[in-house]
Amino acid sequence: MFSLRLSFQVAVVATFLIIVTGIPVAYFLAQRNFKGKELLDMIFTLPLVLPPTVTGYYLIVIFGRNGFIGKIIYNLTGWTIMFTWHAAVLASFVIALPFMIKTSRAAIESVDKNLINASYTLGHSEFETAVRVILPLARKGIMAGAVLSFARALGEFGATLMLAGNIPGKTNTMPIAIYSFASSGEWSQANYLVILLTFMSGIFLYLANRYSKRTF
Amino acid sequence: MKTVFIILLIIFSMPYFITEYTDAAEPQEITVSAAISLKNAFEEIGKLFELKYKTVKVRFNFGASGDLARQIEGGAPVDVFASADQKDMDDLEKKRFILLDSRINFAGNTVVLIMPVDSNINLKSFNDLKAGQIKRIAVGNPKTVPAGRYAHEVLHYFKLLPEVQNKLIYAENVRQVLDYVARKEVDAGIVYSTDAIIRAKEVKIITTAPQNSHAPVVYPVAVVSTTRDINLSKAFVNFLITDESRAILKKYGFIIPKK
Repeated sequence: MFSLRLSFQVAVVATFLIIVTGIPVAYFLAQRNFKGKELLDMIFTLPLVLPPTVTGYYLIVIFGRNGFIGKIIYNLTGWTIMFTWHAAVLASFVIALPFMIKTSRAAIESVDKNLINASYTLGHSEFETAVRVILPLARKGIMAGAVLSFARALGEFGATLMLAGNIPGKTNTMPIAIYSFASSGEWSQANYLVILLTFMSGIFLYLANRYSKRTF
Repeated sequence: MKTVFIILLIIFSMPYFITEYTDAAEPQEITVSAAISLKNAFEEIGKLFELKYKTVKVRFNFGASGDLARQIEGGAPVDVFASADQKDMDDLEKKRFILLDSRINFAGNTVVLIMPVDSNINLKSFNDLKAGQIKRIAVGNPKTVPAGRYAHEVLHYFKLLPEVQNKLIYAENVRQVLDYVARKEVDAGIVYSTDAIIRAKEVKIITTAPQNSHAPVVYPVAVVSTTRDINLSKAFVNFLITDESRAILKKYGFIIPKK
């Protein structure tokens, strides 16, 4: 099942990028105070509340063949991200990132300040404190964020369809394949994928709940 | 707290209570689902129809004929259906979703190969689509878009499949194909000549597909069997073959069948 494999590939890559980007961003939002901090937080959270098609629209404006950044990339390399599986990763990344940031920021903010201060008084640098004290203590929330982001990335449709298109064998992720089958009246194929996706989403939700309750 | 809750409840339920009451006669409405290639012509025809039948409002629902047919099968409250191919209408006829005696063919079209207007790739014919310089070709999704099926027939006729299959980018309707070409997201695309005219400043027609390379593009229209107003729907269908409507269709480049 190509779309199953592709969906996983896209979701895994997107989640990896989300973890690598999300944790530092969440840390800075939680620990630092600077002018415009809440504005920055709002910008990062925007894809969470905007309809995915609006996010998709903005991504096309920025990364499309004629977009701000897309045009530069095209002129330098002759390559455009549109209609590639990378575009699906981009869409999933932007849309699911807020899940990671929100959950991780909350987890980091709820780490006992006494423990953080204790680490500083013992002479550790901020980086050491972050890596050896704060993040480990916040790991439940961070893992919950990662699992939620993965689930959201797996189910991304609107923005993905706009950026990556519906190209069988190249960019048709499971949600897009379901849409395609339903559009052409192929309900039994759609059924199969729908059940699969529902089942997997259920598992991820269960895992996310477990992580936010138990200590590891 | 309770006051806030009550106020919010009132605000969010307001849309249900605020309606426009006028003393004039309530407008009758018909919903016309039409192939998106008919968009510009139908919007004009719709205005003429409303002028003629003063209390009528025409609501258009444009999209890929396949999507529209699925909507009707799914029970969408549509009164008239105009498709860009016989197949989607045949599907509905088989399942008894249209009134057989209302079905007529009212327009025709031709299939063209287009490129972005400022493209400097040397493309002269469908055969040139094999060239390495052509990396992406937009066509409609053959599953739901008639233009996509015609495109496949043309590519098959010129023996370009399976060679160019990898270059094909499927769009959800023919206007999206047009948009992809206009936005230079692809190197070439296959649309109807009537679509190319709409964005003549952004796309250029390279060549027209020979008549025998695809099934004839003939647009049928019919009254949907679940219509709420048979007379009004039949009136709209008949309006499409009046001289005024034919003149509009001709203006947009459609082929008009002889009376």
